[in-house]
Amino acid sequence: MGEAAIAALEVEDIHKSFGALAVLKGISLTARQGDVIALLGASGSGKSTFLRCINLLELPDAGRIRVTGEEIRLVAKRGGGLVPADRRQVERARTRLGMVFQQFNLWSHMTVLENVIEAPIHVLGLPRREAVERAHALLAKVGIRDKRDHYPAQLSGGQQQRAAIARALAMEPAVLLFDEPTSALDPELVGEVLKVMRDLALEGRTMLVVTHEVGFAAEVASEVLFLHEGRIEEQGPPQQVLGGPRSDRLRRFLAGHTERARGLGRA
Amino acid sequence: MLDLQGYGPSILEGAVLTVEAALAGLGLSILFGLSGALAKLSSALPLRLLAGAYTTLIRGVPDLVLMLLVFFGGQMLVNDLVARMGWDHVDVGPFTAGVLTLGFVYGAYMAETFRGAILAVPAGQLEAARAFGMSPFLVFRRILLPQMLRHALPGFGNNWLVLLKATALLSVIGLDDMVRKAALAAGATRQPFTFYFAVALVFLALTTVSTLLLALAERRVRRGEARPA
Repeated sequence: MGEAAIAALEVEDIHKSFGALAVLKGISLTARQGDVIALLGASGSGKSTFLRCINLLELPDAGRIRVTGEEIRLVAKRGGGLVPADRRQVERARTRLGMVFQQFNLWSHMTVLENVIEAPIHVLGLPRREAVERAHALLAKVGIRDKRDHYPAQLSGGQQQRAAIARALAMEPAVLLFDEPTSALDPELVGEVLKVMRDLALEGRTMLVVTHEVGFAAEVASEVLFLHEGRIEEQGPPQQVLGGPRSDRLRRFLAGHTERARGLGRA
Repeated sequence: MLDLQGYGPSILEGAVLTVEAALAGLGLSILFGLSGALAKLSSALPLRLLAGAYTTLIRGVPDLVLMLLVFFGGQMLVNDLVARMGWDHVDVGPFTAGVLTLGFVYGAYMAETFRGAILAVPAGQLEAARAFGMSPFLVFRRILLPQMLRHALPGFGNNWLVLLKATALLSVIGLDDMVRKAALAAGATRQPFTFYFAVALVFLALTTVSTLLLALAERRVRRGEARPA
């Protein structure tokens, strides 16, 4: 009973400035088990920074983060901002937050298989055989099992991103964080990555997706957040937010993106 | 062929000492170099200043002068120190002084090589490692080190060759390396060309083997780099 009440991820009132520029002005969200939350917004709206604050790749200036119920202890730093109280606690929390990057960031000196088993073996302490078995299953799931002995540089962008997704899944994280996972891909490769992500959503994975793909958000997300200048401008189920935008900004954003999508379709 | 007039074994003995001094100096220079590189890239200003002073100073003074400074200065410093501790007089031999100097001097060059190599590792890959819960040490050992090797190896190989050749300077402070052995033989037989030519051939053999080994190592660390599939 109690378990159902614990959210996979709770983020409260995150603030972040770079110098004088306030990028995040108080953003909160809760992801329950199985939620797929899409974060939309123009570039510069702070959505990527917000995602990076969640696993503390960026340190927020203020706010609280709870991963599967455990609050990450942050203490005030001299001169403002927060720092982790316990590096090891942050490292543990990160193993429960699988991150997929815009630029894939696969480790280029390792094969695809080595990339997928690296953190399970060296961070989680999984026996090698178990890690390899898990990796084979995941690489099959994302459709690149035959590429397991290739190096990242030998793969297309779409294959690299699918390998990166397998790498994230291998940690069996509570939440998957996607930071514009298709923005660096050639248009014809976007589909194969979105398909993998759609399958993950259907499996009931908890996902936070920063994206420009309005169509994906409409179809797959259980909740959509529209960010503007570091604040949540609109929030709700996709049919409500995307179907009937209340603000001019979101209307303009959606008009721009559907136009661009149509333009791409024609090209 | 070269007629070494019975001095062959003596010169070979010297060659072994040359290689030993060079390898020991290399080990030390790697330690100094890695520390220097990490200090230069550190966020702590005092470390950056210290490392900056180190590389600027070392690279600005001739090796031979530094060697003489360490040999004579080090001797004074050590004895001053042991006297204060109430211990007996300690002799810093030419081998110790030589290896310390080589390590210290070439550490400065290694620091620059390693610094560039670390900067060449894509930041995103280090970030990914942190995002997967790796500790800073694990990030260094599993991601940064293997990748910086491929960028460091060409410069590293260069430094090694120069270091190996710089061992010739150690004969000046009295190390019985092959150059000194050759000088002694040259003096006794009045055939300097023969013996220095032999030494040149030995150095050439050592650097040739080094170059081959470095090429092999480079092939190994370059695995996974973009190439036609």
